[in-house]
Amino acid sequence: MEKELRLMKGNEAVAEAAIRAGVDGYFGYPITPQTEIIEYLMEANPSQTTGMVVLQAESEIAAINMVYGGAACGKKVMTSSSSPGISLKQEGITYIAGAELPCLIVNVVRGGPGLGTIQPAQSDYFQSVKGGGHGDYHLIVLAPASVQEMADFVDLGFELAFKYRNPVLMLSDGAIGQMMEKVYLSPQKERSKVFPDWATTGKPATRERNIITSLDLDPNGQELFNRKLVAKYDKIREKEVRYEEFQCEDAEYLLVAYGTSARVCQKSVQLAREQGIRVGLLRPITLFPFPTKRINELADRVKGILSVEMSAGQMVEDVLLAANGKVPVWHFGRMGGIVTTPEEVIENLKSKIIGG
Amino acid sequence: MTEEIIIAGFGGQGVLSMGKIMAYSGVMQDMEVSWMPSYGPEMRGGTANVIVIISSERISSPIIKRFDTAIILNQQSLDKFESSIKPGGVLIYDSNGITRHPERKDITIYSVDATEEASRMNSPKTFNMIVLGGFLKVKPIVKLDNVIKGLKKSLPERYHNLIPMNENALTRGMEIITEVQKAK
Repeated sequence: MEKELRLMKGNEAVAEAAIRAGVDGYFGYPITPQTEIIEYLMEANPSQTTGMVVLQAESEIAAINMVYGGAACGKKVMTSSSSPGISLKQEGITYIAGAELPCLIVNVVRGGPGLGTIQPAQSDYFQSVKGGGHGDYHLIVLAPASVQEMADFVDLGFELAFKYRNPVLMLSDGAIGQMMEKVYLSPQKERSKVFPDWATTGKPATRERNIITSLDLDPNGQELFNRKLVAKYDKIREKEVRYEEFQCEDAEYLLVAYGTSARVCQKSVQLAREQGIRVGLLRPITLFPFPTKRINELADRVKGILSVEMSAGQMVEDVLLAANGKVPVWHFGRMGGIVTTPEEVIENLKSKIIGG
Repeated sequence: MTEEIIIAGFGGQGVLSMGKIMAYSGVMQDMEVSWMPSYGPEMRGGTANVIVIISSERISSPIIKRFDTAIILNQQSLDKFESSIKPGGVLIYDSNGITRHPERKDITIYSVDATEEASRMNSPKTFNMIVLGGFLKVKPIVKLDNVIKGLKKSLPERYHNLIPMNENALTRGMEIITEVQKAK
């Protein structure tokens, strides 16, 4: 079937894509700048069409635990929020990771810490890729850089979540959530009527009881489980790295940026090349797993790397690890809800890398 | 072809919806578009602005600081964005309520007295369509019939009876826009 063309906000695209992906349940609580997701779903009222449940929970904590419950039953369930709300969800997220359950969590990031601001930021990188909740776990983290990807990553997110029995986080930001672009929407999928064999769907006489838990009081058993998780994350690191390159072929200098910053940096590449500076851009699409290997390869060919992020410098730590001392690596980024301009990126590339 | 536009004025003047119709028109003409509103505190009673990019190529940054065209609908926005127009670019403004007129010499300036015209036409709500008409006259990047198609897409069906009125306003805007200064 042909894809349908619409002009939509990123947040609306997530909501429409969720309906079309055959999601069983959305549980959320409103917060700027992602409230359009729940607004759109409430208005679309998919319980009348696909049977998808859309529920405004009493709090973020309730919403993530509803996701935990739905996921334990093998359903396709999701939630969304923005930074302060995602912090509230962290207990539920680590339990879901510990119980190895699939689900999709969308974070439309705003500036922090605390209540911060309602404007776009990328200051939740550490929280997203380095844990967030307690314990040794990883989320699979997808970073959309367009409205199209906010729609596409709903489907991709669930695919990866079920493949690895692991929660997936879509790490967007207030700019992509609020802007409108063209988006091609996939045709409506049926909601699944079959559930994975691990799901708690009621015990028939033919099999043992399925148990979903994140608790094991026997340290040997828990360590065995931790090793199993490590093996899973290694497999994800090996198989699921996604990134996009812009004009890296002949680049002397490399920018690394994701999401909105990657869009800004595409413009910087264009403008820099007009000035005769050969710059390329590597855009990580997955933040966990991170394109470590590719950055390490590119570090052999470039003179320096600038990591651009709307934060005080978080992803730059992973870029530094990837470059492994081969070339100088610096960070540049605005904070507090201010989006970096393409010109500022070039100025910083010149002052920190080229002239540095 | 890439046209980078900022539309700025008071909240309630139809700034965001004008941008939306522009973006929809671009879609109808099979072009790439982005619509990036300035949202948040600025929407609540203060100034409102939106960046619209229409391009035949994939759009890089939806957030930019230099514009090919600025459509300015109040004094605060003129003060804020006059310096952001690229040399040789275009400024379109409604002189109603403007106390300090534009001073740049290296841009082409047009005035479109849309406030006055809308009240003369007895349809103040079509104000933004008059301005859009003026823009399309000087920058015919999208065809008028694609704008009408865009209007149909962005207006809920119950308002489709208002389309002829809007079309009329677009045409009127094209007629009344006046060149004030050529870029030096």
